[in-house]
Amino acid sequence: MEEDFRVIDNYLMVRMPEEVDHHKAVYISEKADQYIMKEGIGNVVFDFEQTHFMDSSGIGVIIGRYKKISYFGGKVFAVNADTRIKRTMMICGLHKVIEIMD
Amino acid sequence: MEVSQKTENRVRPQAVKKNKMSMSFDAISVNEAFARIAVAAFIAPLNPTIEEISDIKTAVSEAVTNAIIHGYDEEFLREKPESIEKPVYLRCMLEEDVLLVEVQDQGKGIENIDKAMEPLFTTKPEMDRSGMGFAFMEAFMDDLEVISSPWHGTLIRMKKKIGITPWIRQEE
Repeated sequence: MEEDFRVIDNYLMVRMPEEVDHHKAVYISEKADQYIMKEGIGNVVFDFEQTHFMDSSGIGVIIGRYKKISYFGGKVFAVNADTRIKRTMMICGLHKVIEIMD
Repeated sequence: MEVSQKTENRVRPQAVKKNKMSMSFDAISVNEAFARIAVAAFIAPLNPTIEEISDIKTAVSEAVTNAIIHGYDEEFLREKPESIEKPVYLRCMLEEDVLLVEVQDQGKGIENIDKAMEPLFTTKPEMDRSGMGFAFMEAFMDDLEVISSPWHGTLIRMKKKIGITPWIRQEE
């Protein structure tokens, strides 16, 4: 869905779906990369407000975008993640490379 | 517990002690969600906690995703074009409180299982794979077994005990 991607200042806001799995991840990654490469995005923000499920494919999406954006000196943020999603990210050590905010 | 065993003989809906199901579906990514929901529905009669459901759904998601992305990957499709069918088999067995989930494919198989199960190792970094699939399966299930050989497919067997304290189950 186009409206799940918005650019505010130089931040790419990505509204994550209710379930983030490999099936959804492919689309999210491709779309996010389009924005990152074409529109001079500085940072990426993943909004997990609607998300209640995420497997390792979601971790892959975040890491993949982190690798791309940090190459340009940008940062990745994860916001509005519930306790379980936050725990999943922290188990993978993601909190060491991205900023997990409430 | 003795008390609950006596009341088991009264006329009331039986708690599920033994059950199994078997299904197969095409190795396409849209079925990852389908597999999660199928297993969640299968275990529903046990009144699992939300945590248990989430853990099991995540592990199933990982195993099914592996069958789809790795089992039937580009290399496999090139080598075995005659295999038009790309089935993923999903079986669940329930014995007392223990759920056994089997996810099986007839695809490429794993050359080095120990290497594949190493956290962060992935044969497909270009696909943004985190290499955490097996780590998640091991973390969220009580037991994990991987049976595979090159070009002979892969079988994932995972177990989890559901319902930690039987005495809090509803008496009808």
